[in-house]
Amino acid sequence: MQRFLRNPQQERWEFQLRLKALWGLIITLCVLLLARLVWLQVISHGYYHTLAEANRISIVPIVPNRGLILDRKGTVLAENNYTYDLEINPARNKNLDHLIDQLSELVTITSSDRKLFRKALDETHGLSPVPIRNRLSETEIARFAVNRYQFPGVDIQARLIRDYPLGTSASHLIGYIGRINEADQERLDDAGLTDEYRGTNHIGKLGIEGHYEHELHGVTGSEQVETDASGRGVRSLSRIDPTAGDDLFLTVDAGLQQAAEKAFGDHRGALVAIEPGTGDILAFVSEPGFDPNLFVEGIDQDNWNALNNSPDKPLNNRALRGLYPPGSTVKPFMALAALTLGKRTTAYKISDPGYFSFPGSSHRYRDWRPNGHGMVDMHLSIVQSCDTYYYGLANDLGIDAMHDFFSEFGFGQKTGIDIDGEMSGLYPSTEWKQKRYKQDWYGGETVISGIGQGYILTTPLQLAQAVATLANNGVMMKPHLVHAIRDRATGSVREIPPENERTLPLKQSDIDFVRDAMEDVMKPGGTAAQAGAGAPYLIAGKTGTAQVVGVRQGEKYNEGRTSERNRDHALFIAFAPADKPRIAVAVLVENGGHGGSTAAPIARKVFDYYLLGRGVTPVPDNSDAGDDSAHD
Amino acid sequence: MPTIKELRQRFLAPLDPTLFNTCLILTALGLIVQYSASGSDLAKVLSQMRNLGFAFAAMWVMAVTPPYKIERVVFPVYAIALVALVAVALFGEVSHGARRWLHLGPMRLQPSELMKIALPLALAGYFEWRGKAISWRDFVVAAVLLLIPVALVIRQPDLGTALLIASSGFYVLYFAGLSWKVMGGLLTAGLASLPLVWHLLHDYQRKRILTLLDPTQDPLGAGYHTLQSMIALGSGGLVGKGWLQGTQSHLDFLPEHTTDFVFAVFGEEFGLLGELVFLVAMLVIITRGFFIANEGSTPFARLVAGALSMTLFTYTFVNMGMVSGILPVVGVPLPFLSYGGTSLVTLFISIGILMSVHHHRKLVKQ
Repeated sequence: MQRFLRNPQQERWEFQLRLKALWGLIITLCVLLLARLVWLQVISHGYYHTLAEANRISIVPIVPNRGLILDRKGTVLAENNYTYDLEINPARNKNLDHLIDQLSELVTITSSDRKLFRKALDETHGLSPVPIRNRLSETEIARFAVNRYQFPGVDIQARLIRDYPLGTSASHLIGYIGRINEADQERLDDAGLTDEYRGTNHIGKLGIEGHYEHELHGVTGSEQVETDASGRGVRSLSRIDPTAGDDLFLTVDAGLQQAAEKAFGDHRGALVAIEPGTGDILAFVSEPGFDPNLFVEGIDQDNWNALNNSPDKPLNNRALRGLYPPGSTVKPFMALAALTLGKRTTAYKISDPGYFSFPGSSHRYRDWRPNGHGMVDMHLSIVQSCDTYYYGLANDLGIDAMHDFFSEFGFGQKTGIDIDGEMSGLYPSTEWKQKRYKQDWYGGETVISGIGQGYILTTPLQLAQAVATLANNGVMMKPHLVHAIRDRATGSVREIPPENERTLPLKQSDIDFVRDAMEDVMKPGGTAAQAGAGAPYLIAGKTGTAQVVGVRQGEKYNEGRTSERNRDHALFIAFAPADKPRIAVAVLVENGGHGGSTAAPIARKVFDYYLLGRGVTPVPDNSDAGDDSAHD
Repeated sequence: MPTIKELRQRFLAPLDPTLFNTCLILTALGLIVQYSASGSDLAKVLSQMRNLGFAFAAMWVMAVTPPYKIERVVFPVYAIALVALVAVALFGEVSHGARRWLHLGPMRLQPSELMKIALPLALAGYFEWRGKAISWRDFVVAAVLLLIPVALVIRQPDLGTALLIASSGFYVLYFAGLSWKVMGGLLTAGLASLPLVWHLLHDYQRKRILTLLDPTQDPLGAGYHTLQSMIALGSGGLVGKGWLQGTQSHLDFLPEHTTDFVFAVFGEEFGLLGELVFLVAMLVIITRGFFIANEGSTPFARLVAGALSMTLFTYTFVNMGMVSGILPVVGVPLPFLSYGGTSLVTLFISIGILMSVHHHRKLVKQ
């Protein structure tokens, strides 16, 4: 080699030899290629000609049946049902307008049906049958069947459609499927699932349907079909069966879910019920709901406008994404913080004049009871929800210590629930305010944070997790909605074990003290005595009120004078039985006024349903709990 | 004052008639088949003509530039292509599971395409620079220069393009006199390490190779392309179904039918005879390239002309082999017929360099 470039003559000769050798290789490869082409195009031409022309082969994807969604007892929440469409084969009908006019005498055909038909016709170039009407009623099927002989080239086609038998119930939790749009398609392409979704028209968009799309979809099969010139299948050549999607068993109890939804009546709001020991979500309510069936085939403009423009915002998942000040429901956690951090003893008493103010300042942070609660210790501060007590406590704790303690309970953080779009809420700190507003923290902001006002925002789901953690003696479980997954092919059921998030460093005696006070909230003299009256089990609860509009210094909030949408939000957190908790709830009623009067009775109905069975004892209308009991 | 005739002479002289006329024929074929493959979409044909405008301009610029001037920029070009490949790895656009595209303002570039010609140029430049003192060490250095971009492209992941880049670089080593014994050894080692390579492949790459052995195994996924293109070619027969008469492509059975699988449309409509015309025209260009390589005035000119001609053949063979089902599916455009700007410009730059080597064959470096 060394020799080679030194001698130009030798070098030229060697280069030429190498060119010739490669040229020989090129010719050999070309002959090989030609042989292949001759084999394809001359020898096997007949075979491929038949495949392509007389009988075209098409490879038809076989879409797997989507997995079912069931509640923890097996009640079906989402299933697949047959629906019947009327299809016209344009190749066999010349005068389509006349034909459609004739058909409209048998089945209802609206002008929007005609428009959709025209659009689909343009897209398929008249090569394949096009639907003129979807979802025929049984009478329409019967009427067409009798007159079918008059309409060659018009057929009834059966197909499976996703159905949500409970309608608006649990809609925010189940979510829905809808047609695959461009954004979905791009995501599928990037995930390498293009082939897998060939033939699939729908994809999970929200809720369980969206989060568990992978499990629910299944594996697409395929069939090689010989088709005639018009694209009609003649015979099947080979088939790879699809695998149906997995069935999902939810932690939710559909009966409890519906009882909770019913308990809301006409109120807007949210409720999350959790089994404290496992993190199983028993009910997940956001009222009002919507009918997910509307979305499956693509929602029409009128229905969309009705849902989207409604002032009640039914599409808003309040339990997952609604952000509300927690109000006085933070007080049990504040008390725990004070005990844990050693800032208060249980016996320490304050004298409440009905307001708190900083020394030397005339600004008054008012208690809800204008003349105050008198001498107040920690127990009474929870039972009567004394604001003044917590103004002072917050001032002593400081916002950063409060931030750290509440973060342990999950405030300001996503719970990691298994549906998408969760909001993380907010628990402020000096560092946060500096970052967000480039401003120093003010003492007054700490004071109002002590009663759950100010910057603090929580989702109902977060509140439910926090109270469930309290009920579970400080062991935080990750809330989840899917309890088990059933493989449709093998029938085997895989349970999803509860996940232990963390164990909070709390003293059992402190927890017991707070629980004891929360039990008394439900008894005469407590803020939710009405809702607690007559319960054959122990409830531990705490009411709360969240301001929607601020009330100026020296003015008084007057419910009667405030327009309905500006009224306070009512909140309530509770668990029961208090001595051995099986269920913990957070309830939020938008513009519901006081937690004790609107939110707590909803929780009571949920507890009764869950703990006593379907025979629900009525909540007494009148009780002797005192004038203040309805207040917070 | 030069006369019109002299101007024409000066303008056209560098354009080797054999190469130029064959290119014109192939370009015409390309536009004809693009019109059909795009479903009579004139806009697509016009867009390809705009690409051709750039491509012919690039060819002319290369043709009038003497090889010794080209030689001066080969290392910077190689470096730029390398930087672009690294940029793709860092912030390239992901499409179909691979990171291949780079956005530069309004342009979308595939740096791996640029590397297909930057690498052979750089290697030829290296051997020219080493002059008469070539030893086995130089081949090791060249191999390193070759393996860096190849490794980057493998990581995209785009194994097909990586192999093509590797081959275009390897041809330079081959023409520079890499010993037959070493090549024999590499071949043996390559065959022996096949099981290891198999282990390192991505699932979809393995699937493509398995599918090659039996396309009917996975007709919906990896086998779909091959099966459909074989049906298209086979049903075209000896003389084809006629222009615009192909059914497989027009009924959307055939995927990627304006780019990588355009040969299936061509074969379906023009048959075996049409394919022969195309193949012969390609052989004319490649053979002409070999003659030009043989008469090149410097080692650089010879190595570049030989390697670029051979690379041209490699594309043609790999694409046709893939469409006719004897090679696995790799993303390789077919020269002259496939739609696409970057690949067209690199193709005509190669042709332009061949023309330059020919036109300046008597010019000896100062």
